[in-house]
Amino acid sequence: MALLQIAEPGMSAAPHQHRLAVGIDLGTTNSLVATVRSGLSVVLHDENGRPLLPSVVRYHGDGSTDVGYPAQAMQSRDPHNTIVSVKRFMGRGLRDLPDAGNTAYQFVDSPGMVQLKTVAGVKSPVEVSADILRVLRDRAETALGGELVGAVITVPAYFDDAQRQATKDAARLAGLNVLRLLNEPTAAAVAYGLDNAAEGVYAVYDLGGGTFDISILRLSKGVFEVLATNGDSALGGDDFDHRIYCWILEQAKLSALKPQDARLLLTRAREAKEDLTTHPEVRVTAVLGAGQLVDLLLTTETFAEITRSLVNKTLAPTKKALRDAGLEPEDVKGVVMVGGSTRMPQIQRAVGKFFGQEPLNNLDPDRVVALGAAIQANVLAGNRSDDEWLLLDVIPLSLGLETMGGLVEKVIPRNSTIPVARAQEFTTYKDGQTAMSIHVVQGERELVSDCRSLAKFELRGIPPMVAGAARIRVTFQVDADGLLSVSAREKNCGVEASVVVKPSYGLTDDEITRMLRTSQENAQSDMEARALREQQVEAGRLIEAIEAALGEDGDTLLNASERAEIDGGIAELRNVLQGQNHMSIKDQIEKLNHISGTFAARRMDKSVKRALTGHKLEELET
Amino acid sequence: MAVTLTEKAATHVKNYIAKRGKGVGLRLGVRTSGCSGMSYTLEFADEMNDTDSRFDSHGVTVLVDPKSLTYLDGTELDFVREGLTEGFKFNNPNIKSQCGCGESFGV
Repeated sequence: MALLQIAEPGMSAAPHQHRLAVGIDLGTTNSLVATVRSGLSVVLHDENGRPLLPSVVRYHGDGSTDVGYPAQAMQSRDPHNTIVSVKRFMGRGLRDLPDAGNTAYQFVDSPGMVQLKTVAGVKSPVEVSADILRVLRDRAETALGGELVGAVITVPAYFDDAQRQATKDAARLAGLNVLRLLNEPTAAAVAYGLDNAAEGVYAVYDLGGGTFDISILRLSKGVFEVLATNGDSALGGDDFDHRIYCWILEQAKLSALKPQDARLLLTRAREAKEDLTTHPEVRVTAVLGAGQLVDLLLTTETFAEITRSLVNKTLAPTKKALRDAGLEPEDVKGVVMVGGSTRMPQIQRAVGKFFGQEPLNNLDPDRVVALGAAIQANVLAGNRSDDEWLLLDVIPLSLGLETMGGLVEKVIPRNSTIPVARAQEFTTYKDGQTAMSIHVVQGERELVSDCRSLAKFELRGIPPMVAGAARIRVTFQVDADGLLSVSAREKNCGVEASVVVKPSYGLTDDEITRMLRTSQENAQSDMEARALREQQVEAGRLIEAIEAALGEDGDTLLNASERAEIDGGIAELRNVLQGQNHMSIKDQIEKLNHISGTFAARRMDKSVKRALTGHKLEELET
Repeated sequence: MAVTLTEKAATHVKNYIAKRGKGVGLRLGVRTSGCSGMSYTLEFADEMNDTDSRFDSHGVTVLVDPKSLTYLDGTELDFVREGLTEGFKFNNPNIKSQCGCGESFGV
């Protein structure tokens, strides 16, 4: 007999009618899945009773995959094939990742999104995320005893269209139907707002393992509206660990540690941080590889002292978000704490002092986002009838288009609530102009070159008119998931063109192939493709020239080792030519040019000599 | 005529009602649907109807409409955990057949 849950009055599901839905917090460090059971939102545990799933995937050569704790345990021993923090790469090209060089991964730059080389082949961040989501889906289906009708997945409020679309694709790849994407702070507010039925303006302070986000929300009559967001994508609990680690090095007068000692001390630092949440002081002890003993006493005061600047770094974005929302700290009725790092007493104190009130922390900060997502999923799956509540989110960056001179005209300003549609009229620049190129960009800067290019399309068939006579209405529309579509229409004759902005990545899925085709207009991928083609042509030309030269003079002008070096350089260039990375082709071209430089010089000498031999000086002077 | 809860089920129901913040009790019912003819309904109750039968079991008010009661008389509602799954289970002496999936039954 199937087990039943208590439904809302009149909302019992018919047999075989499935309304099982979950909320998923797909986090940078850890992920969770939650559901509503008998009216109560709960996080689902794994078979060992652990609520968190570390967002770590390890790929094996035989095609099998480890996700979560087993993968995390192998992180330092198999860094190339163990992918952590993949969320940072979602919907991002190599050029978007300034710190790509500091990671252990072998990146492959492909149009739209980076890919990672592993023993199991090249994996896109979408596939890695899908592997995490699949484990959560299995966990949920085992726990709920049936197939899921869908899931609400949370994303950071600042995620752009490419990152949102990538998250949706990952879910689809994992066999999950996405009911909607929900901003993480909104999910946290849902968890608090409904459980506590509190109305007013709230701040959501989210300090996770590696990121900080602040959001200002308004809750009224069951309507959630995000007023503003801000944050720091490179600030989190890990930085606090690192401060303690540095303190240990300083106090114990250590320097130049072996990697395993450094790892041990970092672990001790993290443990000390966690212990200081509940204890006024902790002993930090460790025995290093060389037998050296570390034994220190760390007090909450010292900890607060050495991390003061980190705490203050969270308050600057907080002030900015409040300013964007047009509010003062005293307008905020409550502060919701999200993320395990908010357990630190100095954070609680600083946030409390800034807003002049105790922050809300009666829900587990690690779980609150998943719990809120589950509540929203439960509503969308049709398990509640009376509470017709609506969620409003904002777009994180302004959307606009390019005008003459490479300048950006903003059509939808940042922090506009979505869904939203805005229209603006434009006109022609030249007499008899029959087409107009529409370049959609995202960002706050004034120059197109400083903003992120989202799409490019052309409106053709404008009847020839004098400059300024055509009336072209461009409409920007952002749906509830934050996905953008842009259309342009000439009002006199009615010609129309439009584009749905979806990023392109190298996945084979039919849907995505179609997306790839439609995004051919996408300026960025065009540019990358062009750069790649240019380098390929250049490389081909160089190889041909050197090989021809080697055929003529290779045997006479080069000794065996010089010859081998040039041959090696050519082989290397042929090798990178197979790839899609124009930068590595370019580097190899330069390298080969350099290697063959001496050979070229000798050939030059030889031909000059040949040209001069047998001629008199006066013949040459004419 | 009676419908009861086990003590464990009652504890969970009380907890859920408290968290929900409203409701007079639990409504159990039967409706005609499913592959074996009938299925259970298990809902929070916000109000009592005139025709409802009312039972009190371990401090929980249980409401059953008259039509359902003929099929539910003697039923005990239990709360069980099976592996990772947990939920409520009807122990109904009136059942003669059950469909394979266990979601509906016949009397």
